[in-house]
Amino acid sequence: MALYSDKVMDHFLQPRNLGTIENADGVGEVGNAKCGDIMKMYLKIDDDIITDVKFETFGCASAIASSSMATELIKGQRVEDAMQLTNKAVAEALDGLPAYKMHCSVLAEEAIQAALEDYHNKMEQK
Amino acid sequence: MQIYADNAATTKMSEAAMEAMTDGMKNWFGNPSSLYTIGQKAKEKLEEAREEIAAVINASPREIIFTSGGSEADNQALLTAAINGKKQGKTHIISSAFEHHAILHTLKKLKKNGFEITLLPVHENGIVRLDELEQAIREDTCLVTIMTANNEIGTIQPVAEIGEICRRHGVLFHTDAVQAVGHLPIDVQAQHIDMLSASAHKFHGPKGVGFLYARKGIILQNLIEGGAQERGKRAGTENLPGILAMAVALKEAAAHMTQNNAHMTEIRDYLIKGLSEIPHSALNGDAKQRLAGNVNFSFEGIEGEGILLLLDQKGISASSGSACTSGALDPSHVLLAIGRIHDVAHGSLRLSIGEDITKEEADYVIASVKEVVAHLRSFSPVWRDLTEGKKDFILK
Ligand SMILES: Cc1ncc(COP(=O)(O)O)c(C=O)c1O
Ligand SMILES: [Zn+2]
Repeated sequence: MALYSDKVMDHFLQPRNLGTIENADGVGEVGNAKCGDIMKMYLKIDDDIITDVKFETFGCASAIASSSMATELIKGQRVEDAMQLTNKAVAEALDGLPAYKMHCSVLAEEAIQAALEDYHNKMEQK
Repeated sequence: MQIYADNAATTKMSEAAMEAMTDGMKNWFGNPSSLYTIGQKAKEKLEEAREEIAAVINASPREIIFTSGGSEADNQALLTAAINGKKQGKTHIISSAFEHHAILHTLKKLKKNGFEITLLPVHENGIVRLDELEQAIREDTCLVTIMTANNEIGTIQPVAEIGEICRRHGVLFHTDAVQAVGHLPIDVQAQHIDMLSASAHKFHGPKGVGFLYARKGIILQNLIEGGAQERGKRAGTENLPGILAMAVALKEAAAHMTQNNAHMTEIRDYLIKGLSEIPHSALNGDAKQRLAGNVNFSFEGIEGEGILLLLDQKGISASSGSACTSGALDPSHVLLAIGRIHDVAHGSLRLSIGEDITKEEADYVIASVKEVVAHLRSFSPVWRDLTEGKKDFILK
């Protein structure tokens, strides 16, 4: 058995939505320097719809694949729906992660939450 | 290109070792404890192997106990010193901060049982200091256990000098030589070694077999009770095919050691030079006082597992001290022991090359590592912060 599912390897080898968004509507960075995974999410939001999302990740293959998958899952979604994204959904979409790698998918959920929070804060300041 | 660069994890068995192993299975299947001819033939082969192995490290055959590998030998050596020490009221043990877990976890267990453990620092170069060792020795010190060469960063310890100090203070000296046997000249007499652990699969022998050398006069404590094999110090019918293969592999390794090391040192230094061109990277451990096959680097701004998996895609097998590769939360205790902080320790790569590596393969490894590091940095938020000046680089 391989360490990771084909889906994880695919997203690790060809991460979707890599990069940054200038003047993003929401930016979220989470991470645990100790564990060694840091994720940064950038959102472009028009009329409450996530029209673009990009990410940068420092971390292991499952962290990279989780962030890549998470961006795919929320792209085109309404903000309130994206708020509901769970790490379980990310892991399932990747056809599973080894148990000791689940924390990497938790980070993906948290990074998106953080970016959406940042968006809300910015909206309130407007 | 397929390049196996994880020989510190395990090695491929040599052809001769495989032959010796099948020979053992086919022709010497008897139980060495049996009295009839087939059994006694097996016993002869067993003792021949013991003699050959003893000769390589300048020990006498009676001082060699066959074990299931390095971990068992380490456990038995430490337990022996601890139990014998306690009988004399000595319950202090000195070791180093970057030993293999076979040592460190055993020490932890001994600590729970009332022993006091001093772990010597290994400093930035990954080498213990003799003055610090000598200062740490006390009246109640029953053992000094310091590895001959480190499995992650390959740094070689001043074993003969450590042995001399221990002898002078009347303290038992054990060395985990699992990474060194078959790769470095070892002479237990000249180096004043009282106990030494070795494992066949690190020198092109089979897995699951190794030995413990214990100087004559040391009363070994059993880990495994049962029959009277190994002079009653390690029960269980002997793994004769494995032991025969180990002896052949060790003789081979010893015969070619000088020539192998000359070649590997040249390639090692070539790899170090090539990888040093990667900005914000650093070699881990002393550049010269290290195993000929070991190259260990840290690359700032990235995490090790990605490096490994991308190198694997390119046909290169290597290893890393990152946390996420091991399932642990902390990166390698070895890299932390030489003062690499977490952020940098996560982005490490160990290449442990084999004797047959070519210059062309080294070129391919260098090019591949450069490409992989650049790729992972291209989308690392940590690398972005470093290059945009929001954080300070740790590695030049
Ligand atoms: C330094 C050191 N000690 C002990 C061991 C354990 O040896 P074995 O796998 O034979 O139990 C290893 C191998 O991983 C090692 O590198
Ligand atoms: Zn991870």
